[in-house]
Amino acid sequence: MSILYSIFPNLDRLGGELLVSLRQTLQMLFVSGTIAFFLGLFFGVLLIVTRKGGILQNLVLYTALDKAIDVIRSIPFIILMVLLIPVSRAIVGTGSGVTGSYVALIAGTVPFFSRQIESVLADLDYGLIEASEAMGFGPAEIIFGVYLRESIPGITRVTMITFVSLIGITAMAGAIGAGGLGDFAIRYGYQMRYTDMSWITVIIILIIISIIQFIGNLIVKKTTH
Amino acid sequence: MIRLEQVCKTFHTAAGEVQAVRNVSLEIRDGEVFGIIGFSGAGKSTLVRCINLLERPTSGKVYVGEEELTALNEKHLREVRRKIGMIFQHFNLLRSRTVAQNIDFPLKKSGLSRQERDAKIQSLLELVGLTEKRDAYPSQLSGGQKQRVAIARALANDPKVLLCDEATSALDPQTTQSILRLLKQVNETLGITIVLITHEMAVVKDICDRVAIMEEGAVVESGDTVDVFSHPKETITRDFIETASNIRKIHELIEEKNELTRLKPGEQMVLLTYSGPNAGEPLISYLSHAFGIQANIIYGNIDFLKGKPIGKLVVTLSGDAGQLKKARDYIDSLGVEVEVIQS
Repeated sequence: MSILYSIFPNLDRLGGELLVSLRQTLQMLFVSGTIAFFLGLFFGVLLIVTRKGGILQNLVLYTALDKAIDVIRSIPFIILMVLLIPVSRAIVGTGSGVTGSYVALIAGTVPFFSRQIESVLADLDYGLIEASEAMGFGPAEIIFGVYLRESIPGITRVTMITFVSLIGITAMAGAIGAGGLGDFAIRYGYQMRYTDMSWITVIIILIIISIIQFIGNLIVKKTTH
Repeated sequence: MIRLEQVCKTFHTAAGEVQAVRNVSLEIRDGEVFGIIGFSGAGKSTLVRCINLLERPTSGKVYVGEEELTALNEKHLREVRRKIGMIFQHFNLLRSRTVAQNIDFPLKKSGLSRQERDAKIQSLLELVGLTEKRDAYPSQLSGGQKQRVAIARALANDPKVLLCDEATSALDPQTTQSILRLLKQVNETLGITIVLITHEMAVVKDICDRVAIMEEGAVVESGDTVDVFSHPKETITRDFIETASNIRKIHELIEEKNELTRLKPGEQMVLLTYSGPNAGEPLISYLSHAFGIQANIIYGNIDFLKGKPIGKLVVTLSGDAGQLKKARDYIDSLGVEVEVIQS
């Protein structure tokens, strides 16, 4: 412990606050990550099945979704966050704090993730879909049994990529008072010039990413045949 | 019985309308192996997809058994499709599932118990000769083995019909033969009607009872395999026969003005096609005895269509013009087809 304190002299005093920030970051990652994962899967699948030649072709829905994703993706996150404050108030009752950050984090992640899912599913050989239709399977069975099931390695890979970018935007959520490691690094590392505190947040984030990638790679390895 | 009535399929593409299938009417009998042969782009893949409505015809009717498929709603159509197996050129196996899980996939909606499904998978693996590959993944199999798994999967729901879309086109000649033997066995032992589309003459020649020849979306000739290929009416049918023999080479030699095929004045080069009983006649020596004609054999070949011999002989005939005419009439009277290919 004393070695740690000699490398990070401010840790002794700020350690408690760092833990609170870590908890806030994990909370943002877990809650918005989980919701964004399912929403992204849903919209990604929707893009694939409604596009031209898809199993539930619906060009109006496809075009609307496609354009909406492009528009939201082109708004810088920090601006999106501010724009979504009223929406967040309407949905979760607050526009600030950790809870107030969820809506923005999800909105900042889902379009990106949906696109990634779309490209993973588009890579699947259409022959498999055709074969499943020939076997008498309907859309729901094809989506779950073929599209998603066959794409687990690809979905895992893009989930890891998205997760890393989600960590990036949680750091910005500090701007609306959500706290977290990013906010901690700005306050102490930048404003107070405690460089050691900047470094320790970087190390913690690296550890989080490493754990996620380790698990992800394990899943990819187990499911690729 | 499968019946197609005036089936048309038109695709609307950026480049304009493409008529992939033009007014095709066909009857495929129960228990037969029916071949649809055509060069690539002839519309055969689209036609076979019109049978199980993977492609919905723009107009026309499709009957499989008693049912008019073109009149069914999506839900009912899906039920009917379970009784129509299909295999593909690129096998289309699910990569994340083992061989057994692939065969089990179409059994999901069969209502069978786990034990019944396992027994079914086992018997199908035995049928296709892959019992030891039960737990292998598709990536660990050869092309021929993948197609065997696909066949087992297509048969899982005890279909009455098996559609084969270029099923051997991605395989080498030996593997093609083994897959064809398996299909023939499936046809004979299970009584399953097989509709097979291909661009390979070898496939049709070996196992098809009847054939249809497609060109530019239309069926130009159809009937009993031996009849169609021993007495071809259309140019495209002849082209196909030539792909399976060296006759094409002779034409190339003629075009190149090769020494072997160069004619002297008064000579004629003819192609004689023998089929069945007349193959035994001592024709060539008789020609010189009876008509005083010299016959020089350039090329000869015997092919087998469903076990029946078809002989091809390219000869140059030289002699008096009147005698040549008589000789050709005589050959014709024996039931041997004569075609003058160069004179």
